[in-house]
Amino acid sequence: MLKTLRAQIGEFARDSILTPLCMIGEVIMEMIIPLMMASIIDDGVEKGDIHHIYVVGAWMILAAALGLFFGVMGGRFGARASTGFARNLRRAMYRNIQTFSFSNIDKYSTAGLVTRLTTDVTNLQNAYQMILRMCTRAPVSLIVAMCMAFSISPRLASVYLVAVVVLGICLVFIMSRTFGYFQETFRKYDDLNASVQENVLAIRVVKAYVREDYENEKFKKASGRLRDLFMKAEKILTLNMPLMQLTVYGCILFISWFGAQMIVVGDLTTGNLMSLLNYCMNILMSLMMLSMVFVMITMSRASARRIVEVLNERSDLADGENPLTQVKDGEVEFEHVHFAYKQGGEEVLSDINLHIRPGETVGIVGGTGSSKSSLVQLIPRLYDVTGGSVKVGGVDVRRYDLEALRNSVAMVLQKNELFSGSIKENMRWGDPHATDEEIRQACQLAQADEFIQAMPDGYDTHIEQGGSNVSGGQKQRLCIARALLKKPKILLLDDSTSAVDTATDSKIRQAFAQKIPGTTKIIIAQRISSVQDADHILVLDDGKVNGWGTHQELLETNEIYREVYLSQTQGGGDFDQKGED
Amino acid sequence: MAENTRPIGGRHGMRGPRPKVENPGLILKRLAGYVLRNNWLSLLAVGFFIIVSTLANVQGTLFMKTLIDDYILPMMGTAQPDFGPLAAAIGRVAGFYLIGVLATFIYNRMMVNVSQGTLKQLRDDLFTHMESLPIRYFDTHAHGDIMSIYTNDVDTLRQMISQSMPQLFSSTIMVVSVVASMLFLNIPLTVLSLAMVGLMLFVSKKLAGQSGKYFSAQQKDLGAVNGYIEEMMNGQKVVKVFCHEEESVRRFDELNDKLFASASSANTFANVMMPANAQLGNISYVLCAIVGGILALGGVGGFTLGGLASFLSFNKSFMMPVNQVSQQMNSIIMALAGADRIFRLMDEEPEADNGYVELVNVTYDEEGKPQESEKRTGHWAWKHYHKATGETTYEPQQGDVVFDGVDFGYNPDKIVLHDIHMYAKPGQKIAFVGSTGAGKTTMTNLINRFYDIQDGKIRYDGININKIKKADLRRSLGMVLQDAHLFTGTVMENIRYGKLDATDEEVYAAARRVNADGFIRRLPEGYNTLLTGDGGNLSQGQRQLLTIARAAIADPPVLILDEATSSIDTRTERIVQEGMDQLMKGRTTFVIAHRLSTVRNSDCIMVLENGRIIERGTHDDLIAQKGRYYQLYTGNLAEE
Repeated sequence: MLKTLRAQIGEFARDSILTPLCMIGEVIMEMIIPLMMASIIDDGVEKGDIHHIYVVGAWMILAAALGLFFGVMGGRFGARASTGFARNLRRAMYRNIQTFSFSNIDKYSTAGLVTRLTTDVTNLQNAYQMILRMCTRAPVSLIVAMCMAFSISPRLASVYLVAVVVLGICLVFIMSRTFGYFQETFRKYDDLNASVQENVLAIRVVKAYVREDYENEKFKKASGRLRDLFMKAEKILTLNMPLMQLTVYGCILFISWFGAQMIVVGDLTTGNLMSLLNYCMNILMSLMMLSMVFVMITMSRASARRIVEVLNERSDLADGENPLTQVKDGEVEFEHVHFAYKQGGEEVLSDINLHIRPGETVGIVGGTGSSKSSLVQLIPRLYDVTGGSVKVGGVDVRRYDLEALRNSVAMVLQKNELFSGSIKENMRWGDPHATDEEIRQACQLAQADEFIQAMPDGYDTHIEQGGSNVSGGQKQRLCIARALLKKPKILLLDDSTSAVDTATDSKIRQAFAQKIPGTTKIIIAQRISSVQDADHILVLDDGKVNGWGTHQELLETNEIYREVYLSQTQGGGDFDQKGED
Repeated sequence: MAENTRPIGGRHGMRGPRPKVENPGLILKRLAGYVLRNNWLSLLAVGFFIIVSTLANVQGTLFMKTLIDDYILPMMGTAQPDFGPLAAAIGRVAGFYLIGVLATFIYNRMMVNVSQGTLKQLRDDLFTHMESLPIRYFDTHAHGDIMSIYTNDVDTLRQMISQSMPQLFSSTIMVVSVVASMLFLNIPLTVLSLAMVGLMLFVSKKLAGQSGKYFSAQQKDLGAVNGYIEEMMNGQKVVKVFCHEEESVRRFDELNDKLFASASSANTFANVMMPANAQLGNISYVLCAIVGGILALGGVGGFTLGGLASFLSFNKSFMMPVNQVSQQMNSIIMALAGADRIFRLMDEEPEADNGYVELVNVTYDEEGKPQESEKRTGHWAWKHYHKATGETTYEPQQGDVVFDGVDFGYNPDKIVLHDIHMYAKPGQKIAFVGSTGAGKTTMTNLINRFYDIQDGKIRYDGININKIKKADLRRSLGMVLQDAHLFTGTVMENIRYGKLDATDEEVYAAARRVNADGFIRRLPEGYNTLLTGDGGNLSQGQRQLLTIARAAIADPPVLILDEATSSIDTRTERIVQEGMDQLMKGRTTFVIAHRLSTVRNSDCIMVLENGRIIERGTHDDLIAQKGRYYQLYTGNLAEE
């Protein structure tokens, strides 16, 4: 895991090395000051040497200035190193995600990927900065202060050694105890928030059943449990402060008592006594800081793991050797195709054999879970088959260059997205060099031109993120137009007109038949009316071919098809299939 | 793997730009009032113990002067020093120290109780209040925004209450007592130290001002990067289908590099703050040492070596709380911004309910007169107190609903339902049909008073629904929505949601009645199967069956149904449909219909368009009219 992360430091290696060096410089400067202080007291004040006070004073100011310099530089390098590291992490992850195949993407949820790219990176950026700065500062200042103390009086300084060990053990104990509790608390906390979310989403149900009081009671119980857990964890944590005080006070008293005796017999100077007391705070504070830093870094481990997971994910689709860059025509062939989303997992398609000639229109119907989408997604090689082969233009899809294949096979996904930007910009996803006229033609084909023209800014109308400012039916038509701009040899529509009213739907199909007769069209639909005039209709059931033929043939021979048809025309057809525009 | 998305620690609190908060004083006052209301006694004690703890610390530092001036220096000359008095003095100091440690322990402990108690109270109040808000609130506020109050705002408040507040208080006490001690030791040196603190604050302010500029730039760039990431991850499959990867990377790199530039500058300033303050503190220390040394050398104003030692110690411990306060400031402002949003939610008007007609259980005596009963009798009646006559009547609940000239708009300026007249006799089935946006769902939302009408009247069993207590009105209406919302819990618990005191037997019976029993028994744990999230481990149809069972067990006389649009999955659809049909039997039903058979079997069909009822009647009547219904039915729809 560390190796993967370290590789992302990249060009910021210099900053990453300079940061701790600067921190060390700053700490040393800080630690020298009390030492010089002792000299002012002993050689200046006690001996009455004003000149000495001035000279040492000047040195001290120089030390402080140097400390400031190192501190500022350390801050600058640290900032560059950590933000640069974050930039590299984001970039590497983003690039890698772009190479993901659909099955790679399926492994992570969208929200999961977003979290990794945002919150997790920020966590790691903070942790990295902490490692570079605090993680050097704290131990170095502990060690330097300890050395200084020992150089003054090994006998007295040994009390710090004892204090560090005792306090250290106590801190480790406290932290390890609380860490578990806090993990548990955060889980409970997430649960509590999940239940809030549930209530926000289902507020109509809560109100319809008058269950406000019931939900309140449930929530209070959960929040009470959360409070108890938090208290348990924090109560252990509250031992920190008094423990720290106890150690500091103990050290002060110990050194005051023995130090006084040593001064009286001449083994120690007053100035040195003061320096020793000064180091006391330095040493114990560093220890405290170290323990806190340690906890924070441990907490960022989960983020690191999630990031590394994405970085190390490899796309499972690879171009073959000498890939073909030309797709001959829109012929599609399935030969004994088997498919499962996970290797060795449950097969969602088994032994599919199909032959679709170029320019044909094929409809696919079948219940939810009959793997209609899975079937068409094999054609542009969004997934690889687990058995048999899919051929486009007479050649196995695995032999094509992926980009060439996908440029010839346009697919309108079931869950399609528009991106923020103008309608024109969205259309140019299909063809970056499309002229305005070409865009208009595609939109006319998809029956989108009319409503676009009616918009105040026409083709320059801005589309909000996710296409939230157009209706469902409009969005679907825009997505179809975008796919048409690729001038594909094969057009796949995965339930892409479900929100379009029946009349417009049929106009779109008419336009396809007249204007792009050479393009193979494969249409998945819920409504029989969308497919009934296709050249062939495929009935899928549970991942197997259940029927293949024209509308008339299937009505006579296929039971599932007949049942669906009857339910839609006589018993259960949709009453308001008119789109919402 | 559990997605733990929590940003770590309080650091982000210290680093972000200060958000703008209007009236921070007012919010702070309100927050303080909220915390004090239940905890003023504890907080008084906390204050006391903080003072004790600080004083113990200060006396220890002052002891240094006594140690050097009264014990070490005098003893240095003596041949046979007597350490007895010193031992006694150290013992005394130790005693005070011990008291101080104890006080620290006690106030920290108490603070945990106060802060966690307050936070629980806050969460409970927030949630309870949220539950009381009208549906309109949830329609007009993004769910993400509501959630962020619970996750982010309460969290920053947690940090403020449990860490910043006590630290701020103890820091203040510390500063006051340290300044007092310093003044006691030496006035000129104190003035010098204070001047240095002034300089330090000035520099901090300058730096903060500078970094603030970069931080807003960073925040903006971060927003851009995060927004882009979110959009692209959502559309990642589209990116793949269109081979748009390179373009997407190019744009990302641009944004990412911009973020790096601003983040690097912003963090540099934030990082410089600490060493700058620390070194200025050191310079202050050095200056005091030099001046103090000279003063002590001359013995000006009785300033001694011991005094100097103590003073220098104070000078060090003075800088620490000042630094802490300036660091806490940002997180406090952040928390106040959160508190502002929290209080704003708490200030939202809850759903008003002026109804006084109640739904009660009754028994009928020999003469057939209704008598109110405490127990569930199976007979329900409206308990209606008439103000004019002062008498109370009991009218049996039947399920008769009348709309009389109803106008409604979600926004009073934009009426979406116009002059609706409609009636349903007990047991009748009324179907609404019409295109999306015609106002079908809106109609159903008015009966249970999710929204209040602008004009006209809705009567339930002859009573204006405004007069009926909302809880009782809703209890008398069953609702099955198209979005099948379930709750985390077992299948059993989810069905029982409709009637909390239902026995297991009743749950089974309800499930059987609506066709849900079969699939439930096939689940891995049957009725005890744990549903997660929004019932994500069930299919849409199964979830729908559970919501139907939930309505069935509530057994209301009036039902509001939103049929699912038909899918090709005919098998499940048929089961769901049969379940619905079972549920509708013997109840007044308003159904937003999508299925022809439902429509055909209705007693009356309302065809809605643009918020008006344009046709009404039975199936045969409407077909004969050859109007809109006929068009819908035959599918010969003229386009737009």
